[in-house]
Amino acid sequence: METAGQLSKFGYNVSLVEKEKTTGGHLNKWYKLFPDRRDSTEVKAYLERITSDKGIKILTGTTIEKLAGTKNGLSVYTDGGEELNADAVVVATGFDLFKSSRKEEYGYGIYDNVITSADLEEMFRKGRISMLNGRSPKTVGLVHCVGSRDEKVGNLYCSKLCCVTAVKQAIEIRENLPESKVFCFYMDMRMGGAYYEELYREAQEEWGVNFIRGKVSEASESINDKLIIKVEDTLTGRPLKMELDMLVLMAGMEISKSGEKIAEASGLKTGDNRFFSPADPHYGSNRSNIQGVFYAGTCTMPMNITETISHARAAVSDVIDFLNNNKKLDG
Amino acid sequence: MDKFGYTISKGRQINYEANSKHVADYILDREPSFRLCIECGCCSATCTTGNFTKFSLREIQILLKRGENDQVRESITKCMLCGKCTLVCPRGVNTRNVIILAREAFRKRIQNAV
Repeated sequence: METAGQLSKFGYNVSLVEKEKTTGGHLNKWYKLFPDRRDSTEVKAYLERITSDKGIKILTGTTIEKLAGTKNGLSVYTDGGEELNADAVVVATGFDLFKSSRKEEYGYGIYDNVITSADLEEMFRKGRISMLNGRSPKTVGLVHCVGSRDEKVGNLYCSKLCCVTAVKQAIEIRENLPESKVFCFYMDMRMGGAYYEELYREAQEEWGVNFIRGKVSEASESINDKLIIKVEDTLTGRPLKMELDMLVLMAGMEISKSGEKIAEASGLKTGDNRFFSPADPHYGSNRSNIQGVFYAGTCTMPMNITETISHARAAVSDVIDFLNNNKKLDG
Repeated sequence: MDKFGYTISKGRQINYEANSKHVADYILDREPSFRLCIECGCCSATCTTGNFTKFSLREIQILLKRGENDQVRESITKCMLCGKCTLVCPRGVNTRNVIILAREAFRKRIQNAV
C-alpha cells in the first residue's frame, strides 16, 4: 500500500492487487501496536488515505498466480484468468502466521484455553479476555518462539517481533485483569528495536510480569481444567511445573502461502528460510532475480510495521530508477 | 538388615504453586527494584563471596522468586554486604537491600517462610 501510494504521488499509474476482500492484511487483526500501544486503525487509516488517489486502481479479492516477463515488460496472471500488463511489478505478498496447531505438544486446537497471540488481539479488541467457560483467567502463560528458532518445524530463523509482542500483550493482560499473574517463557529476550527494551523494563517494573527463561516442552490439561506446563527454569537449572488458566502461543512469521506459489510459478528465488531472496542482501533488498520485479516488506523477511513501510518506500526508489533508466540494476 | 546403598531420589522439579513466595513478596513490597533483575549475572561476577564460595546472588534472587526458600536461607548469611553488586547492576536493582530484606523476612519468620 505504501509503495502504491508513493508511486502514485510521483505520477505513475498503479494497480494494487489484494487477495482478501479488503487491503491492510494482518494490520486488520491487530488491536494495538508495540512499543507505544498505538491503535492499529490509525496506521491503517494512513495507508488507506495514501492509496485513495485516483491514480491507484485497487483490485480486491484477486489472487495472483504468476508473473512473467514479456517483450514489452511484465505480465501478471490472476486466478480469474486475467492478464495485467505492467512495466514494473512490486511483490508485497507479506507473511502468514505460523500455524500453532503444528506444535501439537502445546495443544492448540486440542485444549480449551490454549490460544495464539492473534486470538488474544481479537479478545483485546472485544475488550474482554476470557476462557472458554466465560471466566477471566487468573494465571496466564505466554510462550515465545512458537514456530521460530525451531528445527522441528523447519524454521531456523527468529521472527523478531514475537518477543516484543509478548511483552506488549503481557502488559495488556495485566491492564485488563489487574488481579492476574502473567508469565513469559522465553529462550532469549530479543528486544532489538527502538523502545522495546524500555517496554520490557516497564513490564517488569510497573506490571510485575514474570519472565522465566526456558522453552515450554509441553502442556497438558488437568481434571480441573487447568493447563499444566513443563519447562526448565534454565536460570535455576531445575525443571519447573506450573498450573495456568490460559496459555498464549506467540506464533512466528512464515512466507505467505500465496507468495510461495508465486515464487514457484514465476521462478523468483527464495532462500533457505523460504522467504523471497533479494538480489543483494545489503544494497539490493528490494530487487529480485527478475528484471522489473521488486520486493516490499515481509515477503523477504520478518519485519515490523515501521520497517515494512520503510522497505516499501525504498522499493519506490528502485522502481523509479528502473523505469527511468530501464537498465539492469546490478549494483 | 543389610543395606544395599539404595535411596529414594528427591524430585528436583520446582512445584511453583506449592512453593511459598512470601519472602519474595516481602522484598518486592519494600524494594520494588527487585522486579527488574534480568539474570545477567553481573552481581555474581563482581561478588567477593561468590569468587571464593558457591554463593551466587543471581541464583539467590531467582530462587526467592520461585519460592525455593530452603535453598536460600543459609546461603544469604555468607554475604558481607559490601554492595559491589549494587554498583554494577545494569538494571539498577538494589541487590544489597534485597539481601538485607531477605534476612529480615527469614528472621521475622513470616508466614510459611521458615
